[in-house]
Amino acid sequence: MIPIGGQPQRILLPVNVGFMALTLVLALVFNLLPWGDIAAVPDILALVLAFWCVHQPRKIGIGTAWVLGLFMDAGTGALLGQHALAYAVLAFGAIGLHRRILWFSLWQQAAHILLLLLASQLLMVAVRVAAGGSSPGFAYFAGSVIAAALWPTATFLLLLPQRRPESVDENRPI
Amino acid sequence: MDYQPPPFFSRGPAPFVRLTFFASLAVLLMVLDARFRYAEPLRQVIAGLAYPLQRAASAPVELLVSAAEFFTTQVGLKRDNDALRAKELQDAGELLMVDALRAENSQLRKLLEARERLPRKSTFAEIVYSGRDPFSRKVVIDKGSHQGVEAGEAVIDDVGVIGQVTRVFPFLAEVTLVTDKDERVPVQVVRNGLRAVVYGGGDGGTLDLSYMAANADIQADDELVTSGIDGTYPAGLPVGKVSRIQRDSARAFAKITCVPSSGTEQHKQVLVLSREAVPPPVPEAESTAKTLKPRKKPRPGAREGKP
Repeated sequence: MIPIGGQPQRILLPVNVGFMALTLVLALVFNLLPWGDIAAVPDILALVLAFWCVHQPRKIGIGTAWVLGLFMDAGTGALLGQHALAYAVLAFGAIGLHRRILWFSLWQQAAHILLLLLASQLLMVAVRVAAGGSSPGFAYFAGSVIAAALWPTATFLLLLPQRRPESVDENRPI
Repeated sequence: MDYQPPPFFSRGPAPFVRLTFFASLAVLLMVLDARFRYAEPLRQVIAGLAYPLQRAASAPVELLVSAAEFFTTQVGLKRDNDALRAKELQDAGELLMVDALRAENSQLRKLLEARERLPRKSTFAEIVYSGRDPFSRKVVIDKGSHQGVEAGEAVIDDVGVIGQVTRVFPFLAEVTLVTDKDERVPVQVVRNGLRAVVYGGGDGGTLDLSYMAANADIQADDELVTSGIDGTYPAGLPVGKVSRIQRDSARAFAKITCVPSSGTEQHKQVLVLSREAVPPPVPEAESTAKTLKPRKKPRPGAREGKP
């Protein structure tokens, strides 16, 4: 891919599906950490899910997002199907964006992701308030801002295995 | 001839079709869960699968907490110890009288022919973590159906009612706090015995005493205790204290706000009170036999045997 005004783009190695699964499970574990009453916890699972949907839309899709959302629902004691719906919509949005978003710089990508995350959170609020829950306050949405701010870091970390040299040269280790 | 693209371009159904499918599945699940409670078995299965992940997630945190506890300073331990000793001494006087009072109480109740209050089985539990769900106020405790905890049981701490067990998993149980929007506790005002129902405020940290007439005899700082008429909470447990009363002549009901007396957000150790009391002694076999016998149709053989 030729960047418009940025640095030259590296050709990446093909992704390892096991690594994708590992990162998703780790993100789920992060989300299930006992956070207590901190409202503005970034939803790392949503971030990682959006990342893989943007970068590997053929390997991961709405079905995977839905199942992971179900795990979140059961793990957090939320309404069953709430996260599943939100993550399915998030994955749909990320897959819809995947051809266009990578042409932007990392922070502009993060702005796109912020909109997606906020939309999925709004959906969850709407569903829960309709089901009779109490509204969580605006601090809840701060979690999305933090998660979107982590997008450049997530991009760096999650693409590391694909940036390894294909064949290690003994004479030039770097 | 149909001009299909070669199979290696095939990517299955379009994303929008998939989204529609999964979204409607999610909505169906939500309706089943929220309105009919049919989704509980599925939730149990998924929660069972997620349980190792949850343990894995909470293990490092527990390790940190226990490490922090290990390095508690000598001064802190000494101070706590002194405070506890003083409190124990204070309580001892009253404790000594409790037995006498209990005997006297049961005597008086017998005199009044009131039903005796039965002791309830209680289970000690620790709060593992507060719920991650920001739309409700819940905590998760470390005792589940394997330890005999059942849904609907009352949960208290050392100063008052915390909430009620709403969902039970094999090794964990979910407790809905009294401050949750969907939680109600039947209460009684200590000062004058007025009965009412307390609703969770939902915003954390407050309770609402709803549907009380604007001229109801309630004052600020009135203590509220459970009335026990619901059969869930034993009578007499502190629930909260009235903090603010707004009497608006435009409305039929006063808006009364209370603060929960228990540390719904602070404490770690709680007590789960079993729903049914320790079963009362079995009624005499004779009386049941007497009521049953006339209903039984006498068999022809038996009739002959009777004089």
